[in-house]
Amino acid sequence: MRVLAAMSGGVDSAVAAARAVAAGHEVTGVHLALSRNPASYRSGARGCCTIEDSRDAWRAADVLGIPFYVWDMSEEFAAEVVDDFLAEYAGGRTPNPCLRCNERIKFAAVLDRARALGFDAVCTGHYARLVDGPAGRELHRAGDVAKDQSYVLGVLDAEQLAGCLFPLGESTKAAVRAEAAALGLSVAAKPDSHDICFIPSGDTAGFLRSRLGEAPGAVVDATTGEVLGQHHGAFAYTVGQRRGVGLGRPASDGARRYVVDVDVASRRVLVGPQAMLETRVLQASRARWSNQPLVGSASLGVQIRAHGEEVPAVVDAAADGQGFLARLTDPLRGVAPGQSAVLYDGTRVVGSGTIVRGAA
Amino acid sequence: MRAYLDHAATTPLLECARDAMVGALAHTGNASSLHTAGRLARRRLEEAREAIAGSLGVAPSEVIFTAGGTEADNLAVKGLWWGRTAADSGRRRVLASRIEHHAVLDPVHWLGEHEGAEVVWLDVDGEGRVDADQVAEELRTAPGRTALVSVMWANNEVGTVQPIEAIAQACAEADVPLHVDGVQAVGSIPVACDLPTTLAISAHKLGGPMGVGALVARRAAPLAPLSHGGGQERQVRSGTADVPAIAGFAAAVEHVLDDLALRAPRLVDLRDMLVEGVLAIAPDAVVNGAMGGPEVRLPGNAHVSFPGCEGDALLMLLDAAGVDVSTGSACTAGVPEPSHVLLAMGIDPILARSSVRMTLGHSSTPAEVEALLSALPAALDRARRAGQVRIDARLAASVRAEG
Repeated sequence: MRVLAAMSGGVDSAVAAARAVAAGHEVTGVHLALSRNPASYRSGARGCCTIEDSRDAWRAADVLGIPFYVWDMSEEFAAEVVDDFLAEYAGGRTPNPCLRCNERIKFAAVLDRARALGFDAVCTGHYARLVDGPAGRELHRAGDVAKDQSYVLGVLDAEQLAGCLFPLGESTKAAVRAEAAALGLSVAAKPDSHDICFIPSGDTAGFLRSRLGEAPGAVVDATTGEVLGQHHGAFAYTVGQRRGVGLGRPASDGARRYVVDVDVASRRVLVGPQAMLETRVLQASRARWSNQPLVGSASLGVQIRAHGEEVPAVVDAAADGQGFLARLTDPLRGVAPGQSAVLYDGTRVVGSGTIVRGAA
Repeated sequence: MRAYLDHAATTPLLECARDAMVGALAHTGNASSLHTAGRLARRRLEEAREAIAGSLGVAPSEVIFTAGGTEADNLAVKGLWWGRTAADSGRRRVLASRIEHHAVLDPVHWLGEHEGAEVVWLDVDGEGRVDADQVAEELRTAPGRTALVSVMWANNEVGTVQPIEAIAQACAEADVPLHVDGVQAVGSIPVACDLPTTLAISAHKLGGPMGVGALVARRAAPLAPLSHGGGQERQVRSGTADVPAIAGFAAAVEHVLDDLALRAPRLVDLRDMLVEGVLAIAPDAVVNGAMGGPEVRLPGNAHVSFPGCEGDALLMLLDAAGVDVSTGSACTAGVPEPSHVLLAMGIDPILARSSVRMTLGHSSTPAEVEALLSALPAALDRARRAGQVRIDARLAASVRAEG
């Protein structure tokens, strides 16, 4: 196959590219430039798209002996990921930009361009497994459950999965690092990136404030309706958040208070006890099916965060296939609108949807 | 066989240059030392200087060795600025063309930002040519206030040869020093090296080694030094001379200038064959710059825009097919920007990004041009499809945004 290896400059994508080369594919390395302005989000050592990362990717490609190019995806990234991230927060929702980037950039804009240029697949360092089953290609959790990244790929449809190559799906991180060292890749010991790449400081609230402006409002007790304080912008709050609520005094019963709802229209942030965070029913829209669309009802697992736990649920597909309702066997805490709910059948990803609302 | 069509980036090392370097590497000696080893090194250094000066038609004392074209350009632009403003603080204007290489463009910007230079950017026409009358006019409008003028002999992207004779005359009449970036021109076309006040040359663009170049500077050029130290190179450029590299440089200069009258017409023919072949494959392609003989365009330069394609995609596809070409534009952190040269010529930014530069030189053969022409149709087909993908994605995104 002719394979385009997306190389972030990290160890995972470098070893993934190395394995694609070892498998006999004709591999070309590409680093995605997601910002045109090196001083903004291409600075800082912890993001995933700094100049240093571009150089690391380049060096890894040199060591592997494959051609390497930088593809400018900054316009697409700004429009599809950053603007969407801001719009979602402005609407009081909590998006995951990595899923969005996978859905619209890595396995859409990049994959489409790669296919047009004559490539058969895009190879990345994601920890997830692709299995060619009787009904087509399936996406499964990684062999190393601790490292599994199938959640952030839950937005990919069959057409996208057909153009994916995930060579690390069966491996542990330790094995990948050892392999990188054995190959002489300088990124073997490079730390993992954790932050949102376009917010290298990690200060999401500060980023939102600088881009969305201040919109002060009241912090309100969800049970009594009492105004407990003021905030600079409701969009900086996420359901389930405890720290940074900015209350000068504890609740009358001494219990910790959490953000239980964010109402952007009235600029109100509602806080309440942990019990109010419990969600048993999830309604999701914008469904994306990995393989066959879910029809009717099924007992599946639901995961709502990249590193969250999977919980059992009975899931009913909407009649039009565009959404689903998940009734959870046990309640989940801190479900925020805008999060993605990924559905699993055993290790297989069934699909995903964007949470519209949760209910007790 | 791979086809190397990027001589404007660098040229293969000539055999005579390699032999000269290998020979010189066998010797010990610092050319500044007084003992025998030093004297022998100095002799090799000065023989190289005389050979280069002889080939270029200047005096040996006018050749200042540098570590390449960029250093020579920086030394000229900043050195002339500091030399001139030290003598007359009222001379704060710097005239430079918009199509200079970054080795001139960036020092001029820097002087504007950090040294209070009043920069006047000289426009070019649609073929990338500076107007000598505009230079004369600018010098007349502010008499006694211009520190220096900088215009390249020939452009590195589109190959357009500039009217240096007329510009030099205007500068001489106004008593303003003229710096000329001759990196692409010297070795490719006849260059009157004694015309400008200073002239930058790079060895590896004409078959010599990388990391060495020269600034040809008249004795009277008011150059302030940029690197201070042992006082080598007329006290203007301190540092121990790289004698082996300079020996290779000299061998290459002698060879290419001896050979110029034969090579230039051969490359014009080969380039024209390339351009005709490209236009036969892609009738909608646009050739940028002035077409013609060595008096208007560098013989080995072909620069073409392919509407609907991205230059980056073509470069990658041709590379995979064994053909090395360039997009000719500078990269910022690896992200290609539309070329400032093409933008200055009034070319639309999208068309500018669809451009590929193919440059021929001393080692180029018809077989290499044929390799390009046979790889091009498939590459264009795929690059057009990739271009369409991007257009479609933008349309889809705007429809979603409206919905």
